[in-house]
Amino acid sequence: MKSPFTNIHSTFLKETGGIALFTARFFKELFKPRQEFEEFLRQCFWVGYKSLPLVAITAFIMGLVLTIQSRPTLVEFGAQSLLPAMVSVSLVREISPVITALICAGKIGSGMGAELGSMRVTEQIDAMDVSGTNPFRYLVVTRVLATTLMLPILSNISNAVSLYGGFLGVNIRGQVSWSLFWTQVFNALSFGDVVPAIIKTFFFGFAIGVVGCYKGFNSTKGTEGVGQSANSAVVVASLLVFIIDLVAVQITDLLGLT
Amino acid sequence: MENAPVIVVKNLHKSFGENHVLRNFSVSLHSGENLAILGKSGSGKSVLIKCIIRLIESDQGDITVLNQNIDTLSNDELDNLRAKVGFLFQSNALYDSMTVRENLEFPLRRHWSDEQRRKGTETAILEALNDVGLAHTIDMMPSELSGGMRKRIALARTLILRPAIILYDEPTTGLDPITAREISHLIVNVQQKYNASSIIISHDMHCIGITSNRVVMLIDGMCYADNTYEALRQSEDDRIKEFFD
Repeated sequence: MKSPFTNIHSTFLKETGGIALFTARFFKELFKPRQEFEEFLRQCFWVGYKSLPLVAITAFIMGLVLTIQSRPTLVEFGAQSLLPAMVSVSLVREISPVITALICAGKIGSGMGAELGSMRVTEQIDAMDVSGTNPFRYLVVTRVLATTLMLPILSNISNAVSLYGGFLGVNIRGQVSWSLFWTQVFNALSFGDVVPAIIKTFFFGFAIGVVGCYKGFNSTKGTEGVGQSANSAVVVASLLVFIIDLVAVQITDLLGLT
Repeated sequence: MENAPVIVVKNLHKSFGENHVLRNFSVSLHSGENLAILGKSGSGKSVLIKCIIRLIESDQGDITVLNQNIDTLSNDELDNLRAKVGFLFQSNALYDSMTVRENLEFPLRRHWSDEQRRKGTETAILEALNDVGLAHTIDMMPSELSGGMRKRIALARTLILRPAIILYDEPTTGLDPITAREISHLIVNVQQKYNASSIIISHDMHCIGITSNRVVMLIDGMCYADNTYEALRQSEDDRIKEFFD
């Protein structure tokens, strides 16, 4: 009798292999002529602009809460003047990119999984194929490119909004001027804090796009399959965000950028 | 004299695991003909027409469409051939994020030049919509249409490239008898107006009676009978009779 672990291993290997092949096909199609520029712009609008309110609200609350929660500990050590510096480094290096990516994994990853899954089970992808449009290039390449390029932009906006939340948080119990707060923030941040954080968001965006499209594009089993695609797109994309983050931190550390 | 064949399927075999859906199936469609393929649900009818347009790869056998062996075509050649072969999906497969206009415009973007699209898109869309009697729905979304209207719009999208061959996958499934009859007559009108050849996959005997010149019965993955609708209707064979009872 097969052990349950055999099934888990086999599913894991199948999924990993499937995603690897899907990624390889993405790069193969990316450099072929007749790219779908209009659809790419439409996806940038959906991924970027439509996610902006959710990302901004979350970032603002995140900055505000982190500042309020950190204050008592710093006050205990008499280091409350370090609050803007500590908050800015935490947000820009780690919290803001990861939280933005997780929000996008939930919103965009599930959306792509459900949309492409529904197109697969209602034969819309086959109809595209029959009409002479390469559905992989039209649906997948445009979406993966859009998430890869939009996530860093969203993450930077999230940085700015969360730091603004931090400024308000500092001023709830204290008195720090606008210019002093930003001077402290920029003095605390270095090249090694900002650039690696931006670079990893490209990978977060790429992973979210690839997983969302892979799950949707290969959806089966009717409407039940669409639900499963959306759900597993979020789970796998979120997990990949953490794995990429772990690898990025190790690489940054090895390069001495911490 | 019999017209030239536009589709020739020879010894087609297709299986999914242990399930042998098509076994050495052969059929041909002649120019200007409406051929109905009749069979029970799950008998491999849809698989057959998806193999014809290479949406599904066959395991064995030869398929020639408009004198081109589809297995040897490159992707570009296949795309060009597909412009001459319309496919009406069972589920209509209308792009639900696009309006009716955008749905009909979609096939043109690949097969028409920019110049052709600039000058002829609006006329082509309106003509296709007029053919199915739904010109007023041009700016509506598919979700705003009834099942019968969606089927007609899907047919208009199929017609917009003026295909030489049209493959209909269960064109009347899920429709009420009146709408189903309207769609069946529409298929006949289209065939007469454009002189298109058609394969109609169905188990709706009324639709087959109205639309077909010839009927092929697909049973156990093989061609069980090949004759006119009337001849099959009068057959004493039990397996044929059960379709008409």
